[in-house]
Amino acid sequence: MENGQVTNGHDVEGSSEPKTIHNAIVEIVSDSGEGAQKAGQSFATIGAKSGNGVWTVEIIPAEIKPPARSRAGASGIRIRLGSEQITNMGDTADIVVAFNEQVLYGRIINDALREGTVVLLENKWASDPDEQIRDMYTTAVKDFRARGLIVHELAMHEACLEYTPKPQLGKNMFVLGMLCWIYQLNPDLALREIAAVFAKKSAAVIESNQKLFHGGVKFARENLTYCYTIPTMKTEQDLIVTNGNQAVGLGVMASGMEMVSMYPITPATSATHYLAGVYQKVGGFIHQAEDEIAAIGFAIGASYAGKTACTITSGPGLALKTEFIGLAVMSEVPLVIVDVQRGGPATGLPTKVEQGDLFAALYASPGDAPKVVMAAATIEECFHMIITARKLAEMFRTPVIVLTDANLATGQTAYPRPKATEEWMAPPIDQSPWPEGLAPYEWDKKTGLSRRPIPGQRGGEYVLTGLAHTKLSHVAYDPTVNQMSTEMRSRKIASLAQTLRPPTIHGDDEGDLLLVGWGSTIGSIEEAVDRARADGYKVSSLHLRFIAPMEPGLKKMFERFKRVMTIELNYSDPQGGFSGDPETARRAQLAQHLRAQTLHDVGYWSITPGQPLQPNQICQVIAKTLEEMGLAQRGAEVAHA
Amino acid sequence: MFGLKTDWSLDVLPRYFSLEDYQGGMARWCPGCGDHGVLTAVQRICRDAQLLPEQTVCVSGIGCSSRFPHYMKTYGFHGLHGRALPVACGVKSRRPDLHIWVATGDGDCCSIGAGHWVHAIRYNMNMVVMLFDNNVYGLTKNQTSPTSQPGLKTNTHPRGAFLPPLNPSLTTLSIANVSFVAQTVDWNPPHVYATLKLAFEHPGLSFVRIFQRCPVFTPLVFEDAQSDPSLVMLLEDENGVTADAAGIKMYKNRVAHDPSDIDKAREIVSREDVLPIGLFFADPNRPRYEMMSSVGADTTIEEKLETFDKELDRFAI
Repeated sequence: MENGQVTNGHDVEGSSEPKTIHNAIVEIVSDSGEGAQKAGQSFATIGAKSGNGVWTVEIIPAEIKPPARSRAGASGIRIRLGSEQITNMGDTADIVVAFNEQVLYGRIINDALREGTVVLLENKWASDPDEQIRDMYTTAVKDFRARGLIVHELAMHEACLEYTPKPQLGKNMFVLGMLCWIYQLNPDLALREIAAVFAKKSAAVIESNQKLFHGGVKFARENLTYCYTIPTMKTEQDLIVTNGNQAVGLGVMASGMEMVSMYPITPATSATHYLAGVYQKVGGFIHQAEDEIAAIGFAIGASYAGKTACTITSGPGLALKTEFIGLAVMSEVPLVIVDVQRGGPATGLPTKVEQGDLFAALYASPGDAPKVVMAAATIEECFHMIITARKLAEMFRTPVIVLTDANLATGQTAYPRPKATEEWMAPPIDQSPWPEGLAPYEWDKKTGLSRRPIPGQRGGEYVLTGLAHTKLSHVAYDPTVNQMSTEMRSRKIASLAQTLRPPTIHGDDEGDLLLVGWGSTIGSIEEAVDRARADGYKVSSLHLRFIAPMEPGLKKMFERFKRVMTIELNYSDPQGGFSGDPETARRAQLAQHLRAQTLHDVGYWSITPGQPLQPNQICQVIAKTLEEMGLAQRGAEVAHA
Repeated sequence: MFGLKTDWSLDVLPRYFSLEDYQGGMARWCPGCGDHGVLTAVQRICRDAQLLPEQTVCVSGIGCSSRFPHYMKTYGFHGLHGRALPVACGVKSRRPDLHIWVATGDGDCCSIGAGHWVHAIRYNMNMVVMLFDNNVYGLTKNQTSPTSQPGLKTNTHPRGAFLPPLNPSLTTLSIANVSFVAQTVDWNPPHVYATLKLAFEHPGLSFVRIFQRCPVFTPLVFEDAQSDPSLVMLLEDENGVTADAAGIKMYKNRVAHDPSDIDKAREIVSREDVLPIGLFFADPNRPRYEMMSSVGADTTIEEKLETFDKELDRFAI
């Protein structure tokens, strides 16, 4: 297929029989407040319940009510459905439902559409009383067609009037009906989903939305000439569908941590919104602090007193917490810090994805402040990593940073229902008498580990301090003590490193090109690698979960490939640097780190679009790199329709 | 005192704590520093209340007075500059069984930690917050503090401090949910002891501003009030600070003040012609955040597992 795009077989020629396809990418875009996300989430849940693989990506403007009919105000959602497990948002959209023509431009500038994308466009603007709006609409539709979009102008608003006096509030469920018809999803599942979504509202509201849903089904049947079925997966496993922030919240509960201390920040806060509704049932408490610094200080206080706590934030919050993270390292207080990364620096792109906080997580504290840094690659890992993080924090007496991002935070997918066990949970705090003669930092010289006294333990009284200290926690400025205690804090991280396994390589463990990634890009990278391998290219990938300490054995793995490069969602200078001197080039963050750690010539490709990576983009990087290496024909594309 | 009960029967307690049991490392404050006296008062209060040392936590920020926890033989947390209060609140949040003493200075509390101060007052968690106010930054060597008097020559303002000083007690009395504000002076140990004791007994956050001298940088800052006791105004009430005779006999300037009258408290604490000491305001019935934050701390692992599994049903497909 041209440009390496995958079309997913969406023919729109008239056919009375549903066509079988295996993959579909659908978007709903609207002004803020028109319910596109609710419709999309419901559509994804219905798909998942039907047995399809699903993945969603929310399209969120930074403002609550940006101006209507504006490109930057486009609010919505992408849903990818498939016959197999879906791990990423895919390439360009197959079908887009647009509530007005301007928000569609918001998707065009983000390269979300292609020639042949079907646009189901609200046509009420063509007869708007405002002449300017009518003109904008007509001009845009012409332009869309010139761009190769297949535009179907539909009177959705008017059709909704049959069911509601206020179509603006109900059109989303109408659209849900249309999509469920287009993809032949079970209407009974949909009706149940609507009842669940509006469970807190009155029966009349549920009924009204279900009528709108039926209306949408009828409208699509009468007005559209195409529909599809996506065969479902056979699975014996119990599955759950959550987004990444809900997964973090569930992970907090399953870890037994009883305290989340936070300050509102996008896109992290929805984890707390979720927890707020349920946390008390497991005895937990959410502290909304006066600021980010107080949030971590409060968490450290709770941890010090034996109740290991969690603080959830995003980049700017992580920056403010830096000094306290250093204190937790210095005084060896266990703590879980979740950084839901967004675009930066400063306020950056608050609602959009970026992997720009790796260096901040690794290095931000002054002085030598070794800590554990992990990166969740999937929504399921957002859950499990919190449990691991709590355990590591306590076992190694250290802060643990878990990096997720806006893509994971708001994306939804299905994964096996966890079966929590007692071992996942924080044990009750130890209040037994402290062993006589045991120092509060009785560092084991080989492991750097020491046992921690908890207030309430008789005989364990000690004064935690951020000053350099002896094993008795006595302030000490002498050079030997500082060297030794700094070494102990580093040594325990090395002890953790010794327990880690080398990562597994996706594809063959030798070849021409190895892509290295971290975080939420795993799905796109592996899908791109699979496409390239299907075309006969010797490409593999590797994904890191532990950044600090580093997973072992990387250099040996790297050496089995002709070239190694990272794929990242952060900034890097053009290859070779602006001045043509590669020594001055600023590299992608993981690449820089890997180069330093392994002395291997690790290359990189990274961008900051504020969007998840499309597999197609990575395919093009693979093709270009192999071409540079003389291993692919110029102009060859790594992709298949 | 040892084990002697009021009915004069002799009863050896299983654990009895003397002053020494609360005395930690040798204090490294300058000779003549007011901190020494406050430390002794707190140790006495702990002894008198027979606080379990393992149930007692002293939390501080950074500054001379923030070394306080090191000189107590209890649990302690000597953290970051300005951040004593969030840590102290966090300690208390899930462990309401612990007794908390907070040591903070005028720079620590009223400058770098000012945001936390406002909110900690509002949280009103049960603890004693001692503001060691010597009107100057001591540990970093003589910089202007938010409570420095105009004209005070410091390393950052060699021609004299310019701005009017902040009045920490007045500020505290203006914060929602304030529950206890008192003032005392470091040169009057009986009054310091009586004030802190009352603060310790108060259910909620007790804010005590302790006027003190830095023997090195502000030795004369309260010289007037020291040499002329009539410049000190003693607040009196049956529910107020009741220091013994040694602590009050020199003060002829006395005023009856009902500590439930917050408007009057604000008026008195604003006075600049005298140095008012005693209890300004106390309300034991204000909501305390730990009543909310500690709910569920006794949930068992079995209960958590069961609830968690039920919760997953919401997401099941």
